[in-house]
Amino acid sequence: MRKSDYFERTDSKLKIILIYMLLIFMSFIAIYPVLNILSSSLRPSNQLFSTSLKIIPDNASLTNYNKAIFERPLSRWIVNSLIVSFISMLISILFSSTAGYAFSRYRFYGKKSGMIVLLVTQMFPAAMLLLPLNILLTNMGLTEKLWALVVPYISSSVPFSIWLLKGYFDTVPSSIEESAYVDGASILTTFYKIVLPLSKPALAVASIFCFMNSWSEYIVARVLIHNEKMYTLPLGLVTLQGQYNTEWGVYSAAAILTAIPVMIIFAYLSKYLIGGLTIGSVKE
Amino acid sequence: MELAKRFKQTNKNVQQKWWTPYAFILPSFFVILFIIFLPLIFEFMMAMFDIRLQNIRLLKNIGINILNFPKVMKEHFILFGNYLEILKDKLFYRTFLRTVVWTFTNVFFHVVIGVWLAILLNRKLPFKSVFRVLLILPWAMPQYIAAITWKGMFNYEFGTVNLILKYFGIEKINWLGDPTYTLIAAIITNIWLGVPFMMMVALGGLQSIPHDLYESADIDGASAWQKFKHVTLPLLKPVMVPAIILGTVWTFNMLNIIYIMKDGLPGDDVNILITKMYRDGFDLYRYGYAAALSVIIFVILTLFSLAYLKANENRE
Repeated sequence: MRKSDYFERTDSKLKIILIYMLLIFMSFIAIYPVLNILSSSLRPSNQLFSTSLKIIPDNASLTNYNKAIFERPLSRWIVNSLIVSFISMLISILFSSTAGYAFSRYRFYGKKSGMIVLLVTQMFPAAMLLLPLNILLTNMGLTEKLWALVVPYISSSVPFSIWLLKGYFDTVPSSIEESAYVDGASILTTFYKIVLPLSKPALAVASIFCFMNSWSEYIVARVLIHNEKMYTLPLGLVTLQGQYNTEWGVYSAAAILTAIPVMIIFAYLSKYLIGGLTIGSVKE
Repeated sequence: MELAKRFKQTNKNVQQKWWTPYAFILPSFFVILFIIFLPLIFEFMMAMFDIRLQNIRLLKNIGINILNFPKVMKEHFILFGNYLEILKDKLFYRTFLRTVVWTFTNVFFHVVIGVWLAILLNRKLPFKSVFRVLLILPWAMPQYIAAITWKGMFNYEFGTVNLILKYFGIEKINWLGDPTYTLIAAIITNIWLGVPFMMMVALGGLQSIPHDLYESADIDGASAWQKFKHVTLPLLKPVMVPAIILGTVWTFNMLNIIYIMKDGLPGDDVNILITKMYRDGFDLYRYGYAAALSVIIFVILTLFSLAYLKANENRE
């Protein structure tokens, strides 16, 4: 077994050990905050403020999880957030996949300025449009409804998804579509039956982006929703955390339940991310 | 990239009409028009009026047709009054300076650490995908949870950071009480959050650099630093430039971290422009003033992006 099968030829043993140590150290910093909430979520309430650095505390218990799920409206917040996130995700993907396809395949008047406009929209995030949107949505009688959240969430995820998907469509050879056209398929069928299935990884990445965008959005929701029954997860969790002394453990349990599923999906999809990001952002 | 170019021929298809691409774009076009540009125009208009708590209920009379707006509010028209008030205030310049420090420090460390990690991960190394997944996790964590968690870790008595400092015999720091330290704490939090994005972008860029370039550099006897400077950096630049612009804009407008770490009440001594705008607008109900401030932010960011793009074009 030669060393060069596993490592760069030029790397000395010392260098390899050093690289591993660095990577382990940085990975530890990257996951430490997660371990930190995990630790306080397992801590019984009489030990909330301990000065120990242990990850698994003494007398670890699941009472906080029990409380978060059964004694706090966590499930209602989860349902609210799921509704908002799924609707925003579906609409965003539907709209941005067609637009991304047009930007990738066709030459048309206004294409270049269209792409630039998409970039410019990144200059003002949802927080900035919030002032006018708040007034408009109030006047339309939409505040305190979950629909009100879908509107700004779509607007913040559509431009980015168009870029991402366009970049991916660029790498799908158009010859496959051309042979479909020769066989008499219509443009829409070709898009739906051939292009979209070929783009599954990119669609998955774009979907998780859109989903996470709404799943973890706090600022916009704070302005548009005041009724506790309509709270999304972020609003609910920040409120829980506000009652610092008593609820820190419960908050941590809820935070773990919120963050871990998204993080797992994200980690799983991350292998598709590398190619998608670069191609999407560089070449128009 | 070569690949992308080769496949970018347009479809020649008899069914295609002149309006086909527009039909594909139409839904997104409406989203951008109605949810981004219309409110933006509204925002520009609001910036020229003196809208505050005393006259805020007049806004109800506008209905959903924003063209009514000038008519309804015409008594409160002050043209550039809001802008003048902002620009005359020393607080604006102090806040702006803080925002620049905040943005620059953050993006600098995002890029340096991100590229550095990407280079480490871009070599033959068993288990590297495990490290990649672990290192990317901060990206997947919802920002508000990250902010709250780091807030807990910066707690004076029980926070991990002070406990570690104590272990090394360093005096405890009042992270969330002292404004300078609050800014440092927020920057650390945001660096933690932002590195994975830059790392992934850099990793993508590195993977598109052909391996034989390094081999021929090896034959020429180039040192590791020379290879980095003359092969890696120039080829990474086209990928990193858009990412840096995007990263700068995101960081400049990063509301969550400072806002949540200060429990929704960041004061003038820790505010950056975007948190100041949010508090002026939604806590003090100074809509006109806040709108003017966000127009200023928009102008600053646009000028920055154009200048940065230009500077990087010229060097090539």
